[in-house]
Parts: sequence; structure tokens; C-alpha cells
Amino acid sequence: MSQRIVYLDNNATTQVAPEVVAAMMPFFGNLYGNPSSMHTFGGQVGAHLREARAKVAALLGADPGEIIFTSCGTESDNTAIISALKSQPGKRHVVTTRVEHPAVLSLGQDLERQGYEVTFLPVDRQGNLDLDQAAEAIREDTAVVSVMWANNETGVVFPVAELAELAKAKGALFHTDAVQAVGKIPINLRETSIDMLSLSGHKLHAPKGVGVLYVRKGTPFVPYIIGGHQEHGRRAGTENVPYIVGIGVAAELAMANLEDENTRVRALRDRLEDGLLKMPATMVNGDRERRLPNTSSISFEYVEGESILLGLSDLGICASSGSACTSGSLEPSHVLRAMGVPFTAAHGSIRFSFSIYNTDEDVDLVLDNMAPIIERLREISPFWAKAQEAQAGGAGS
Amino acid sequence: MWEYNEKVKKYFTDPPNVGRVEDADGVGEAGSLACGDALTLSFKLDDDGKIADARFQTFGCASAIASSAALTEMLKGKSVEEAEKLTNKDIAEFLGGLPQEKMHCSVMGEQALQAAIRNYRGQEPLPQEEGEVVCQCFGVTDQEIRRVALENNLHTREEITNYTKAGGGCESCHGAIEDILAELWETEGAGQAPQVSIPSARPKKLTNIQKMKLIEETLEREVRPALKADGGDIEFIDLEGDKVMVSLRGTCSSCAASQATLGQFVQAKLREFVSEDLVVQEVKP
Repeated sequence: MSQRIVYLDNNATTQVAPEVVAAMMPFFGNLYGNPSSMHTFGGQVGAHLREARAKVAALLGADPGEIIFTSCGTESDNTAIISALKSQPGKRHVVTTRVEHPAVLSLGQDLERQGYEVTFLPVDRQGNLDLDQAAEAIREDTAVVSVMWANNETGVVFPVAELAELAKAKGALFHTDAVQAVGKIPINLRETSIDMLSLSGHKLHAPKGVGVLYVRKGTPFVPYIIGGHQEHGRRAGTENVPYIVGIGVAAELAMANLEDENTRVRALRDRLEDGLLKMPATMVNGDRERRLPNTSSISFEYVEGESILLGLSDLGICASSGSACTSGSLEPSHVLRAMGVPFTAAHGSIRFSFSIYNTDEDVDLVLDNMAPIIERLREISPFWAKAQEAQAGGAGS
Repeated sequence: MWEYNEKVKKYFTDPPNVGRVEDADGVGEAGSLACGDALTLSFKLDDDGKIADARFQTFGCASAIASSAALTEMLKGKSVEEAEKLTNKDIAEFLGGLPQEKMHCSVMGEQALQAAIRNYRGQEPLPQEEGEVVCQCFGVTDQEIRRVALENNLHTREEITNYTKAGGGCESCHGAIEDILAELWETEGAGQAPQVSIPSARPKKLTNIQKMKLIEETLEREVRPALKADGGDIEFIDLEGDKVMVSLRGTCSSCAASQATLGQFVQAKLREFVSEDLVVQEVKP
């Protein structure tokens, strides 16, 4: 039996675009040469790398020389922050946020253990940062400010251009983890003071195992992986040619699909959200205005996220949750906790994240089935009964 | 993705005995909303003193729902004395096993059962497990860690986290849990009863006035902001010896099950900043 999969977990990973797969295939076949080789057979591969680099640069509003290919978003994040510290050994302070992806958050905690000082900026109930607070946190000895462009759980977009200016004014470097933002909102790095940016292939329809670090021309840089001269000596290791070709095509597609992402996909997301919000005790997490067009974090109070996900999974619907039972740490999502989302809602949070491959039928299937799943679990939940009693009592008095 | 067996899936998808028994002889609660899973268990006896009906209401993941449903099935036909002997291991075995990381769901079943039996016997619900709070995130005491470790033959910190949640939050108590285990199994090996007492870290003596002032300050600084974030509040009512009477207000007071955790949280903070001997008691406003 093959069940139709309704994939609404695109902030976790995305389907590899068929165009990307097709473009990669020759490099698993005849075109297996090493671009560093002196012979024509290997050398011809180098042209494809240049093409991919130019496509990624175009998507970001950058120059090809500013693009370094890496193995993933996490490697890009680590490289950027550690480079900023190594290139400015006198500065031992880092500014980031409490809602970063673990690629930055855990690194920040590790740097603290190594004796660096790290400021984790808080967010408000809507998931927004306070620019004044950020300005105060950046000091003369701040080596790098690292703030994600958009949050992976709520989709809330941070004012990275303004933050980059604040960093520049204090002589600090600015890095952004743009893994969730690239391809979903317009990005033009030439118009900003952002020094470094990370992106990941598998979040924009390229395969897992390839990422990009943008380093603005003139920004001091110390490589993380030492070895050969690849990537102009900035990232050693033989280039992952098929995947780099893949991310190049994915970048080209992302540019072409940006309009669709911000109109049709946004409308799908909004229709799903509006439909789900008709259920009682249901709320959206995060600022609905300053948000990626594809992401919805929505809480169904008094029920637990893992139970909801299993109910959806039985129908072939893929989503994720910020609940404790799915986080692997026994505590609900650090992002929702940083926002002060009450426990009643944090444990029952579900994230739906769309891509260009989603359709109206996908939204219909979720809307047709969500209410019975939630109602069944609420029937079982002791807190739902209590909440109902409290409400009935309140209304009667 | 957790690997649940077919029986667990069946008890989650189509659980028997959902709800609350009318005119129950015993009702017990365990867990809390804050911790992410909670269970209300109720049962009724027949004329022969056997459990005729048992029902549950559970907030939690699939294994929490399945464990609760399994427990109600296991209880039927048993006398209270027989039921009292059931442990979390029996629940997990009935279900054909649970993932290690989910064993705490079966422990919650055992806790609710014990609470329901106390309720049936007219005993006060235990305000909390006796002992010192080791894990602040989940309000788990040293005694509970020892009891679960002994019942389930647990020797590592990871196992304790899987069974009790202790150490699953900020992780700052990992060292303390390891110390408890080392001490527990060493004493066990020597054939002695496990030691329970922990030396007081706060020997200085306070006058009642100093104590009250310190309690108010600690509540204001350590407790109130956390409660207010969720729309609740706490009021310091009175102090009798080492008994701190507080009243919880707002959203916190409408959620009965979260009070156990809240009480533990308040008590842990007061013990940390005021005196090791304090016991927090909630009074209704």
C-alpha cells in the first residue's frame, strides 16, 4: 500500500528538486574527475564548479569570490564564528540570541566553557528581538554578533540588516545563520553590512551534505578545515562536485520560485492557519506579520505534540513539534520557552512548513483531519476537562 | 521517531477506559502540565472489594496514554492490596516493553496508582515525594531517584533520566544523580539500607522575622517573575515553624496537577536561599 505523503516539514528538510537530481547525475558517472587535476578530463569539472558558485552568488546578491562551499549549515556556522574569534584574538565576547539553531546555540555554550563571554539576547512573547537591547549588548571587545535571519521553529524574521549596522558601528563582525531564510525571502547582501552568512543545501531542494558560507570580500578569515588549497585555501578538502553542482541548480530554482513562495505558498500557509485557528484554545506562536511565508507554529492547548504528530503521521501528513516528547531533551523547545509560551501551549505546538511542492489538496487534507485528532486527544486529557469546567464556571458567575 | 511496538500503538490509537469513574472510591493524580505529561486515575470497587472499574485521563505522548490505558486494564478484578503491588515494570511488561527513553511514562502510572490508593484509604495525598529535590527542572527528589533505581535496578544517570526525567532539563544535577547512584549501590552491596539523609548545606540559624523577610525576598526575586510570565502569582500567607503557607493565584491555581510541581519549585527555591528545613504548604485563598 502506498500512502500519499503530504510533506509539511520543509524547515526540517526538503524534497530534492528533480532538476537538481538530473544536473547531479553526470558527476556520479562520466564526469568524475578532480577539478584540481592538471589534465583536461579533471579540469573540465572546474567549469561546473564556477557555474554553481556564480548561481549561488546571484541568489545572495554577492560576488562568486565571496562564496565558500562547505558540507552543511552547521559547518558554515561554526567556521564563521570561530574564524571571527581567531582573527581577532584580543576580543573575547560574542553576542547571539536565545533562539538560535543548536549549530550556533551549542557552539555559544561551548565557547563559554572555553572562557569566552557570550551574551544570549532574549526575545519577547512574539519572538522578536529588541534592537536597543542588542545595541547595548555589543561592546568594544565583541568579536562577532551572530543572529539568525529567520527562526526555524516560528519563522519570525529578525532585522539582520539593522543588527549588522549596529555591529559595524562597534567594530564587530556580523554573521547570520540564514539557513531558513534563503530562497524564502529576497536577500541582497550588497545592500547590507553583513560580513558572513550560512546556508544549507537541503533546506532549498538540494541534497543533504552541502552548504555555503558567504564571507564578504575584505573580511578577515581563518579557515576551520586545514589541508589543500581548495576554495582558495579557505576550506580544504576535495570539492563535493555533484552536490555543489546540485546546490547551484537549487539556487537558480530558488530565485525563479521566490515569487511563488511569497504569493501562492504564503496563501496556502495562511489558509491552513486560519482554518486551524477556528478550533478553540488554538494559537499561533510568533509575530504573524514579520514571518517567513512558509512557516506556521501553532499550539493546540491541553494536548501533547507527539500524540498529534502520530495521529497526522497515520494519515501520511508530516509535520514537527516543539513538545518535550519530541525534542529529545524532555523539555519543550528552547525557542518557545524563550518566548514565554505557556506550558499548556508549548507542549501542544505543531510546526507546519511549506514548500513550492505543496498544493491546496495538502491543506484540505490537514483541515479535514486535524479537528478529530485534537478532539480525541482533548477527550483523553484531564486538563481539557478542567479548562472546560473553569470556563463554564466563569461564564455562569 | 520513537519505536513503539504494535501493542503500545493499539493502546494509544484506541485506548480503553478513558474518562473518570462516577462515584469513584479512589482518585489519584501524577505528573503535571508543566512537565509535559499528567495522569488522573480513578477506580471503583465491587461488593467483594475487587476493582470493578478503572478509568484514566492523560495528557501526554503516545506512551503516556498507552501506559495509562494499560494500567486501567491491569487493575480490573484486583483487590486494592493486589493493585498496590503493581509497579512501573509491570505496566511496561504488560505493553510488551517501552522505549527506554519513555520508561518515565510507566513510572507516572505507578505514581498515580499509589496516589489513588492513598485517596481510597482516606490518607492525604503526598504533597511530594519525601526528601531533597535533586532535579529542579522536574522536581525529582533523591528519595524518588533511590526508589526507582532500586525497583528497576538502574545504575546509570541516563537510566535515571529515562525513568524519572531527573536530569533531562538543564542537566546541572547530573553530578548529584551520579553521587546518589554511587552511594546507593555501594551501600546496597554492603547489605545496609540505603542512606537517605543529605547533610544540610545551610547551618546558620535565623530568627523568625529574618526567615520571613528572606522568604518574601526569595519569592519576589526567584519565584514571582516565573509565575507572572504565565499569568499567575504567589502570596506568602504565614510561617509556622518551618512550614511556609502560600497561596497560588491566577492561572496557576486553576491547574491542580501543576501545583505539585509548583510547590516543589517554590520549596526548592526557599530551601536554596532561606533554610533547608522549610516545607511549603499551599492554602486556598
